[in-house]
Amino acid sequence: MSLVARLGARVGELTIDVDLNTAGGTLVLVGPNGAGKTSLLSLLLGALPAERGRLSIGDTLLFDSEQGVDLPVERRRIGYVPQDHALFPQLTVRDNLAFAVQSASAPMHRVDGALRDFGLEALAHRRPRSLSGGEKQRVALARALSVDPRALLLDEPLAALDVPARAEVRAFLAQTLRDRGLPSIVVTHDPTDALALGQRVAVLEAGRVSQQGIWDELAAAPATRFVEQFVAAASGRV
Amino acid sequence: MTAQRVALALIGALLVLFLALPIVSLFASASATDVASGLRHPLVWPALRLSLTTTLITLAIVVTLGTPLSWTLSRRQGRFWQALESAIQLPVVIPPAVAGVALLLAFGRRGLFGAVLGGAGWSVTFTTTAVVMAEVFVSAPFFVQAATSAFRRIDPQLVLVSRTFGASPLRVFFRVAVPLAAPGLGAAAAMAWARALGEFGATLMFAGNLPGTTQTLPLAIYTALEADLRAAQAISMALVVVAFSLLWFVRVTLKSSLEVS
Repeated sequence: MSLVARLGARVGELTIDVDLNTAGGTLVLVGPNGAGKTSLLSLLLGALPAERGRLSIGDTLLFDSEQGVDLPVERRRIGYVPQDHALFPQLTVRDNLAFAVQSASAPMHRVDGALRDFGLEALAHRRPRSLSGGEKQRVALARALSVDPRALLLDEPLAALDVPARAEVRAFLAQTLRDRGLPSIVVTHDPTDALALGQRVAVLEAGRVSQQGIWDELAAAPATRFVEQFVAAASGRV
Repeated sequence: MTAQRVALALIGALLVLFLALPIVSLFASASATDVASGLRHPLVWPALRLSLTTTLITLAIVVTLGTPLSWTLSRRQGRFWQALESAIQLPVVIPPAVAGVALLLAFGRRGLFGAVLGGAGWSVTFTTTAVVMAEVFVSAPFFVQAATSAFRRIDPQLVLVSRTFGASPLRVFFRVAVPLAAPGLGAAAAMAWARALGEFGATLMFAGNLPGTTQTLPLAIYTALEADLRAAQAISMALVVVAFSLLWFVRVTLKSSLEVS
């Protein structure tokens, strides 16, 4: 299953006009600061209004300006993990998951299932403030996946972590994304993370996709100077 | 340099002195017997009872209607919503006497809406209902202003993530927004309550000064002052203590909520 998006919108000063395809796996979205990466995630989620285009996940149509289809955020069922994880500070780990499961009207045994799958049982009664960055990331991921989303969007999932935690969480995240086989988009500014997390890359520059493909394609014929530098940085660090 | 710092501090101290003197005099010039006999004045207890009843009803109305309004205001952008927010703040800056006239012109016997109420055989002026209406009118903007800022301090990503799970707007409001803004909402309610408790001008003009029906504590102070300064002083001391407790509560809860976020 793939997430296929062809969307256009004005977000503040920026015009976003993109054509994206997760092609059955994880698409890594990279680009310079201010390219519109986070705004693009908001468009996909339905939190910002798209003006034109079409968005589908598998056979499900979420947005189509011509047919007048525009599902609200609540009905798109796209999982989202923002950079700061957005865990509810007043709720325990377990209650964070329970809130999601209840909101989705899903069976409550999903909560225990997700706690088990993500190794969070020992942390179930802790509050987010007492968790490490890596633990928060795991809770956020477990919570997003506990409601069985159609797709998953991760915004800079490793940016908030310190160096020792980063490698461990990166490996865990890459494994999870592979195991779930869910159409996913991971935004990152870090070449090492980008290379580890997905086979396919889309480069966003000034609201447009300047190049999209697998790593080798980008390396063989970089379309812009940014792509060239990013691929070089990624391969240089392997 | 030191001399200049001292000079600045001294100038500031003048204002502190001026603000503190009346409050200190209020407490210093009364003996315990004076306070006890003042509080036994026949005006005091009916007024206290009326003030507590009307301000608690006011608080319930303001919080019940003001919380969803503040949430909506905090989530909307654009000129219309900005204009609406400014309009709601108007009672904060207009003199209470003007509020009294405005309430009379709206709900008085010959008021815009009063004629409709009168037709239904219902007259609100000079009733306890009028006291509550005056208190709601002057205190609600304080609540809405503080509650709206409390909601604006919530991380918008928490709201967005809740919606991605499929949480309905009501669920987001009750389970995410209100719990996260709770300390700020408590402080907002305390401020609105203090304002309602001190309400004088609009109540006098719109509800009158009828003992037991519309004579709240501030009106009782005004009435007592003509005959018995000790009673006026005793009620004033009680109001200062309540107001100071509310202010202290607001500072403590707001401080802890800011530390959490």
